[in-house]
Amino acid sequence: MQNDFFSKDDFTARQKNGLQQAIKHASDNSPYYRRVFGEANLNPGRIDSPADFKKIPFTTKNDLREAYPYGMAAVPLEKILRIHASSGTTGKPIVAGYTRGDLDCWAEGVARICEMAGVTSSDIAQISFGYGLFTGGFGLHYGLEWLGATVVPFSSGNTERQLSLMQDFRTNVLVSTPSFAIYMAETARDLGYSPRDFGLKIGLFGGEPCSDAMREDIENQWGLKATVNYGLTEVVGPGISGECMETAGMHILEDIYYPEIIDPKSGEVLPDGEKGELVLTPMFKEGFPVLRYRTGDITRLIPEPCPCGRTTRRMDYITGRSDDMIIIKGVNIFPSQIEEVLAGFSEVSPHYRLVLKKEKGFIKDLEIQVELTPEGFTDSFQALEALDGRIRQRLRSTLSLGPRVKLMEPKSLERTTGKAKRVFEVEQ
Amino acid sequence: MIKQISVFLENKSGRLIRVAQVLGEAGINIRGLSIADTSDFGILRMIVDQPDKAITELKEKGVMATVTEVIAMEVPDTPGGLARVLTYMEEAGINIEYLYSFIEKPTSNAIIMMRVERINDALEILKKNNVPIVGGERIYAF
Repeated sequence: MQNDFFSKDDFTARQKNGLQQAIKHASDNSPYYRRVFGEANLNPGRIDSPADFKKIPFTTKNDLREAYPYGMAAVPLEKILRIHASSGTTGKPIVAGYTRGDLDCWAEGVARICEMAGVTSSDIAQISFGYGLFTGGFGLHYGLEWLGATVVPFSSGNTERQLSLMQDFRTNVLVSTPSFAIYMAETARDLGYSPRDFGLKIGLFGGEPCSDAMREDIENQWGLKATVNYGLTEVVGPGISGECMETAGMHILEDIYYPEIIDPKSGEVLPDGEKGELVLTPMFKEGFPVLRYRTGDITRLIPEPCPCGRTTRRMDYITGRSDDMIIIKGVNIFPSQIEEVLAGFSEVSPHYRLVLKKEKGFIKDLEIQVELTPEGFTDSFQALEALDGRIRQRLRSTLSLGPRVKLMEPKSLERTTGKAKRVFEVEQ
Repeated sequence: MIKQISVFLENKSGRLIRVAQVLGEAGINIRGLSIADTSDFGILRMIVDQPDKAITELKEKGVMATVTEVIAMEVPDTPGGLARVLTYMEEAGINIEYLYSFIEKPTSNAIIMMRVERINDALEILKKNNVPIVGGERIYAF
C-alpha cells in the first residue's frame, strides 16, 4: 500500500499532525487524560514538537487496569461497536472499546500487514487464533477480509478437525501462534500425514515471540514462509507491525502508530538502533485513546532501510518483556536468552519450561526443563549427563548463572493452543 | 549379541507402569530388566521376547526408547564365577558400562547381561576363555 512508501518528510508531517490530533482528542474528550495533563501541568494545545511530546507522562498497563471497565473511554458508549479485553492473568482485564472508525482503521492496518507478508485476495486463510475477547482472532479476520482473502474462522482447539478442514478447503495461509503451528505439525504427523502435503504457503504468526529455532522448525515442517507480526490489545490488537517477505524485522505502520524506544529504567527516549522498551501512541484512536503506552516489550528500531523498499521503519523482534525479566541472585534474565541457548542443541526440542524455585518468596534456584529429542536419547548415562552438562555450561556463559537442567521425555511439557506458558513458580 | 530395549524415564509416578502396560497389551513378555536412575531421570533396560515389535510399539505410544546391543554370557553360579569373567575384560582394557543378572530356570550357571565398549573385542575374548555366550534363541524364548 502506498502508505508504506511515504518519504521521511511525509511521515514526519503526518506524525506531527497525527500526534496533535491524538493529543487534542484525548484532552478534549478523555476524562482520564484531562486529569493526566492537569496533574503534569501541561497545556495540551502547546505540545507541537517531539521535545514537548516527551513531556506527556507514559500510560502503563496498570493505569489501564485501574480504569476498568470504561475509564479510558473518550466517546459516549453508544458510539462503541465492539469491546475486546486482554487476558488478565492477575487482577482485572484491560478493556478496549472500538468505534466504527477504530474498527475500519484497525482492519485496514491488518490488511496492510497481511499484504506485506505476501497474502493476496485470492488466498484462503485459516484463523486458528481464539475468537472472543482476545483481539487476535477478530483482528486478523477483518484485516484479511479487508484485503479480500477468503477467511476460514476456525478459532482455536480441535486440532484434528482443523487439519482435516485445512486439507478440504485447500487453505494456503495459516494464522496462529508459532507454538500452535508446531503443535499442529506434530499432530499431523501423529495422524500419519506429511505436513508439507497440506500446501500451506504463508504463515502469519503472532501472539507470542517466535524464536529463530521455532521459525525454522515451522518452515521445515510445513514448507511455508513464516512471517511474524506484532500488536497488543492495549494499543489496538494485532496489526501494529509485521514482516515483509524479507523477514528481517517488522515494519511499523508509522502513519498510524507512533513508536518510541525508551530506557525502561529512566524513561529517557533512546535514538534509533538502541535497545529498550517500545512505547506506542495510536494517533487516530477514537474510542479508548491511549498516549505513550509502555508496551513492556524490549526491542529496537532498525535504522537501516529495508531492501523491500518500504519506508516504514522496522522494529526488531521482541527479545524480552520488561516485566518478564526474572531477577535471580541479582542477575537479570530474559526467557528468550534461554530459548536461544536451547536452540543450539539438536538433542533437545525448542519446548522448555522454566521453574523458579522459591523459598520464602525469593527465587532461590532456576530449573530448566527440556524435552529430549529421539536423537538426543542414548542408553548411556555418561552421554546424557554430558549433554546436561554442556547445556548447563552454555547457559552459564550466556546468563552468568548456572541453572539446573532437567531432561524430560518428549511431549511431556504441556502444549497450548494459545500463548505457551513457560515460567512456573514453585514454593519450596 | 542380544537386543536390549532402553527406555528413558522421567522420575515421575506412573512412567514405569505405562511402559509395562504398553508391552503387556502388545503381548510382549519382559524376560529381564534393570533400572538405573539419578534424581532426575532413569534408564530402564529390558530384555523382551520380541525386541523389534517392542521398539515399534513403544515408539508408537510416544515412549522414548532405543535398541542397544548387549552380551549375554553364562558364568558359574559359584563364588568367584563373575570375578573371573570380569578379569578378562579388565586385562583387555575394555570398559564395562553396566551389567545385570538375568533370571532363568535354575541351572548351575547364572546368566549375566553385560554392556561394554568395543563389544566385538569383548565377545572374542570371552570365547577365547571359554565363557559360554548365550544366544537370542535362549534369551528371548519363553
